[in-house]
Amino acid sequence: MSATVIDPAATTAEPTRRHGGMRARRVFGDVASHIFLAVLAVIWLIPVVWVAAESFNVNPNPYTTTFFPTGYTFDNYVKLFTDTQVMNFGMMFLRTLLIAIAVCAISVFFVLSVSYCMSRLRFRFRKPFMNGALILGMFPGIMSVVAIYFILKAMGLTSSSSGTVAALIVVYAGGSGAAFYVMKGFMDTIPFSLDEAATLDGCTRWQVFTRIILPITKPMIVYQAIVGFMTPWLDFVLAKAICRTQDNYTVSLGLWQMLQMEYIGDWFARFAAGAVCVSVPIAILFVLMQRFYQSSMSGAVKG
Amino acid sequence: MTETTPPVSVKEPPRSKPRRKAPEPRSAYSLSAAFGQGDGYTRASAVVMGLGNLVRGQIAKGLLFLIAEIGFIWLFVVSGLPSLKGLGDLGPVTQGSQEWTAAGDFVFVSPTNSVEVLLFGIAWALITLAFVVLWIFAVRSAYKAEVLARAKGKAPTWSEDIKSLADARLSGTLMTLPTIGLLVFTVLPLVFMISMAFTSFDDDHAPAFSWVGLKNFGVLLSNEGSGDIGVNAKMFFSVLVWTLVWAFFATFLNFFLGMFMAMIILRAGTRFKSFWRVCFSMSIAVPQFVSLLAVNQMLQQEGIINQMLKSWGWIDESLPFFSDATWARVTVIVVNLWIGIPYTIMQVTGILQNIPAETHEAAKIDGASWWERYIYVTMPYIFFVMTPYLITTFTANVNNFNVIYLLSNGAPTDVGDSAGKTDLLITWLYKLTVDKGNYNVGAVIGIFTFIVLAVVSLITYRSSGSYKNEEGFR
Repeated sequence: MSATVIDPAATTAEPTRRHGGMRARRVFGDVASHIFLAVLAVIWLIPVVWVAAESFNVNPNPYTTTFFPTGYTFDNYVKLFTDTQVMNFGMMFLRTLLIAIAVCAISVFFVLSVSYCMSRLRFRFRKPFMNGALILGMFPGIMSVVAIYFILKAMGLTSSSSGTVAALIVVYAGGSGAAFYVMKGFMDTIPFSLDEAATLDGCTRWQVFTRIILPITKPMIVYQAIVGFMTPWLDFVLAKAICRTQDNYTVSLGLWQMLQMEYIGDWFARFAAGAVCVSVPIAILFVLMQRFYQSSMSGAVKG
Repeated sequence: MTETTPPVSVKEPPRSKPRRKAPEPRSAYSLSAAFGQGDGYTRASAVVMGLGNLVRGQIAKGLLFLIAEIGFIWLFVVSGLPSLKGLGDLGPVTQGSQEWTAAGDFVFVSPTNSVEVLLFGIAWALITLAFVVLWIFAVRSAYKAEVLARAKGKAPTWSEDIKSLADARLSGTLMTLPTIGLLVFTVLPLVFMISMAFTSFDDDHAPAFSWVGLKNFGVLLSNEGSGDIGVNAKMFFSVLVWTLVWAFFATFLNFFLGMFMAMIILRAGTRFKSFWRVCFSMSIAVPQFVSLLAVNQMLQQEGIINQMLKSWGWIDESLPFFSDATWARVTVIVVNLWIGIPYTIMQVTGILQNIPAETHEAAKIDGASWWERYIYVTMPYIFFVMTPYLITTFTANVNNFNVIYLLSNGAPTDVGDSAGKTDLLITWLYKLTVDKGNYNVGAVIGIFTFIVLAVVSLITYRSSGSYKNEEGFR
């Protein structure tokens, strides 16, 4: 790599500067960088803290004049799940959970299958499939959202509540086979000598897959499972295009609905409470996901 | 790789896996071989699928092929042919009307639902294609049975075939379901939507519409455009330019500022490293629709930010975060930094830690200053690793629906325009289709978005190392 190219002229001037002021400069740098980080961290946390504080606000209106609420209450959380007259947030929560579990299972299976085939097996459709997935990825996802709605409508999946749940599951999971690049990249780092040894010992390719590749891939599988599980919680567009009535809403749509003109005055505090309820588990999963991702990026086979 | 390079490089241990240049294995039992060298039964399998297999004793397999063929032909005649025929004019009845039937009853004739006609037509085209694939497979299978029967005395039995699905033909087993999922929920919708670009399917022509050729492209690219829908060339190009400007700033500002912050956190003198990282990942750990909607509320005219600034006496009037075009554009880019920088920090931190320490040591011994080490060691390394990431980020930003739709929703919007000042192509498309029902123009915008993305990606991606040499880093 060209990384080690260093201008030789620079080396002559350096040593003379080294001693004087070195320490002072480092202390100054330390102080400056800590102040810089502290200021930015405050900016980063303001919206998060604000939503968390608003969720305990006695006053449900968003347009207050003080940053922190003037009175605190736990009512918003209680009302969010018990007051189901206008909006049944508990049902939305359960519905999203159900979708998330199903999508998680299906997408892990799809991604593992495709990436194993792409990484380990050589067959005629391999390159066309990879190029196809690449080209498909360039079409804006929103474009197919509308068409997907018509397809699901023709399949009769959009009218009933259970139908929309099924529709969202197949939509989220159906296309997940194209998202194989990360997993394939990981499998590519597993030495082929392992496969060969197993094949010599009489393993079929299926056995190589289940007994050699899958155990090594475990951290990536966890990563993929979390990604699949989070998809329905984070998605807004597809859900909005497919769930046309409020009885079929997922949490993201429900929360969005609470901020519309006709609701926001009464519902903002409950929106904040709902946001906290959704964000806490998602944030924990996110941190977990990062950990697994990083541990798997440090190499497939240790030692 | 040219012919003159040594057959096996040092880094790459010899293994049975084919090398990059080697073509993907081609079966000896190709279609042309089946017709050229197959016997009568094999050739007849092209008409009666499964015949060859039945003759060689593969009863179950042969029957499956035969049933598939009969089933397909029956369905094709009953439903496929009318569906494909419907593609011609997308349904005969364009206007709902009232008529007298021959029996003297007064009936209401509803207009044809062209959406369904178009959808079923395209679906049947795909099904027919799938059947052609199956047909090729069947003929080749018959030929294979013939050859194997000749060579070994008998063709593989049903159980041997099943076993091979877990071994030699595992790719077929594993790929089938994901491929079907992709075809139905990605390819079919895309073809369907692309074809809408050539129809008159807008708010006024629903549900019955017809083919109009390239008219919609003309509407979008002409000066007068369409007053009904509120699109014209000027608007299209202003949205296109803003989309590119947005994607450029959103990608590179995030990248450089994020890298800067990652390096400050990684400095030897910085304490509480993981605390800072947790702080900065809060904005992405929280779901986007929550954080963006919250920020949107904070930045409203009467929102908390304006209220606070007023109560401190810093401003007299509310800042026009979403009501002035320039303010709104800067606001979305800045807020996007808030979401994008943490991702860059995460990516860059890992990469920075992976830079071999020896390189830095060597540079240090040679007398390179901090800045020189940064320019000549760190940067080339980061760019080398991050180029594909930058391309995907750029693409993702062109398609960044969430940030725009949830944060500004395109505001401010001039009266009569269908796109606001901060609308990207993608949010414009969404508004035109889902909100207003002008599917034809929306589809045209989608096609243009694809062209923009494809051009950008192809130029950069194909020249990047990871595409040219997929296995170069083993």
